Amino acid sequence: MAIAQIIIFISAVIIATFFVLDRITTITYNIKLGKDETIHSDLSFRLKSMLLIAFGQKKMFKRPIAALLHLAVYGAFLITQIELIEIFIDGFIGKHRSIWALLHGWQPTRWLYTITINMIELASIGALFATFAFLWRRNALKLPRFHKPEMKGWPSLDANLILLFEIALVTFIMMMNGGDQALQRMGAHHYHQTDMFVVSYPISMFLEQFSMNTVLFVERVGWWGHILLVLFFLVYVTYSKHLHIALAFPNTFFTRPEPKGQLANMPAVQKEVASMFDESMAEEPVDMNEELPSFGAKDVTELSWKSLLEAYTCTECGRCTSSCPANITGKKLSPRKIMMDTRDRMEELGKYKRMNGADEHDGKSLISDEYVSKEELRACTTCNACVEECPININPLKIIVELRRSMIMEEADSPQEWNTMFTNLENNQAPWQFAQSERLKWTEELNN
Amino acid sequence: MSDTTIKVPVMADVTAEGKTPEVLFWTGCAGSFDQRAQRVTIAFVKILNALNVDYAVLGPEEACTGDPARRAGNEFVFQMLAQQNIMTLNTYNVKKIVTTCPHCFNIIKNEYPELGGNYEVVHHTQFLSELIKAGKLTVQGGEFKGKTITFHDSCYLGRANEVYEAPRDVLEALDADLIEMKSCKTRGLCCGAGGAQMFKEDEPGHKRINQERTDEVMETGANYVAVGCPFCNTMITDGVKEKDRQDYIKVLDIAEMVAKANGL
Repeated sequence: MAIAQIIIFISAVIIATFFVLDRITTITYNIKLGKDETIHSDLSFRLKSMLLIAFGQKKMFKRPIAALLHLAVYGAFLITQIELIEIFIDGFIGKHRSIWALLHGWQPTRWLYTITINMIELASIGALFATFAFLWRRNALKLPRFHKPEMKGWPSLDANLILLFEIALVTFIMMMNGGDQALQRMGAHHYHQTDMFVVSYPISMFLEQFSMNTVLFVERVGWWGHILLVLFFLVYVTYSKHLHIALAFPNTFFTRPEPKGQLANMPAVQKEVASMFDESMAEEPVDMNEELPSFGAKDVTELSWKSLLEAYTCTECGRCTSSCPANITGKKLSPRKIMMDTRDRMEELGKYKRMNGADEHDGKSLISDEYVSKEELRACTTCNACVEECPININPLKIIVELRRSMIMEEADSPQEWNTMFTNLENNQAPWQFAQSERLKWTEELNN
Repeated sequence: MSDTTIKVPVMADVTAEGKTPEVLFWTGCAGSFDQRAQRVTIAFVKILNALNVDYAVLGPEEACTGDPARRAGNEFVFQMLAQQNIMTLNTYNVKKIVTTCPHCFNIIKNEYPELGGNYEVVHHTQFLSELIKAGKLTVQGGEFKGKTITFHDSCYLGRANEVYEAPRDVLEALDADLIEMKSCKTRGLCCGAGGAQMFKEDEPGHKRINQERTDEVMETGANYVAVGCPFCNTMITDGVKEKDRQDYIKVLDIAEMVAKANGL
């Protein structure tokens, strides 16, 4: 029986590892579809960004209620990893509470163990409460940011499933620890006498009225349910918006250090325009075989790897969208949708390329009716509210500007009023039709 | 003071006289051509003049910074204007620039250096706040004393460059009550003009962005809305007019407020 359990456990771990590694390969491949971008920051800036923003959740606290609830789940998630170590060891060697067996002989380590498990139980109860609150906010209070058009279907189900997993995980932990404590008192073989675990203790008192086989069943369902769900969750998360639990760290590590107002330069255009001003540069022979660079981004391959990493990092919380002036006033633009479309398009193109060859292209693009429409792109005021809001430093504006550059420069698809503005800028050096010689006309008013 | 005639020094003339002004006042297209923004330019020049600041303007040699072109996605037009401006500025060996437009401020400060234009750039609210701190500019309350003022953060001064306190410091000096809107500082709501939206109609929606912002202004019940951007000024002025509240809520640039308070 013990051998059978070890075999099942090891098989489950191998299967989960296989799927996770496969997904990591796919996600890495997809992010590498993007263009190079150098992040101009040093190690101390990077570590500071990661520690403060991802680990320390600094930006979450702009919305205190959501931040506290999230902290409860995040804290429980972090601390529960300790218990997983013991569960893994137990699973591999077919023993029970092997770390307790190691530590209980000496008073300080015995206390360490007991306090740790009690903290995990308390944190789990906090997480359970927060999870119910999250479900309530999402499904009963119907906070607007969770019910935008881009959230219909899978994104909403994805979010709810993760919350249900969380409830199941805590339930399994309680069955496991409650059953364990009951079995200790019932004198079941294999179950070491431990100290009291406060949260699951009442459960153990309730379970004591049943037969030992029933309690054993409850404890085993708890133990196996917990570990199998953890393994399943590890795989699931790589397909889910919940991937932020891992990618928030690299994403904040590679935070762009420039002021938010600074847009990326386009050196190719800079050089071409400079050659118009400076004849010596124009005299350089033009290489006719040189492939013309494309301007901006029409598809994900023309975005930077950082923008693509951000697309996988986005957990669809919608703070960006709820602060976007265009979205607030009913325009189609939603910064969250920009991130989701980028990720979905990347998945689609990545799959196509892996099946048909890296140089092949499916002929579709990110700017399209299926993904980001031009109406959305035209609506952005570049106000940086979305960039400011993102708790893990995602920059939807960077993608919007790159897509706009392609729309305007590659397709010459701009609203008539913008064309007029461009013409004025070229002819009069002002966005309006005023003569350059009239730039000082206001001085006539000065002494009136 | 208003009896004396003010002459605005133009860079080409000043340089011909062999002088190098300490600071260049970058007027901006709105400040030069837009009737409403011209009044802000005039107010700011009156302050500079009253304080004997050694400044000059480029006048006909100033071109648009290229902000609306670059943000709309037209990098070619941006590069043409930016490189032309940088040549002009470098020819005059400009070291410090002050501007009344956050868009000009942002782009010259952050985006010109990569193209070879390196200057110390300050927004006029920073400039005024420094003068107040240094004791060179004293502001009396004047008509603002005891009134309520709310400040509208422009995106390109606030979030884009994290300048939140300088404009508020100047307003504090006016002896008025400063009240904040629902969305302010890092969470300030855009007026709707940025990203070249100023130059086109809104995309389809249920409301204009400037109306949304004007609603937030009205919720404060303030007598004045202070702005630091010519485009925000236009957008909020329009919003207030649409609600027919222009007799109750005045939209003024911080430079205008300082000039008015000091009787300039």
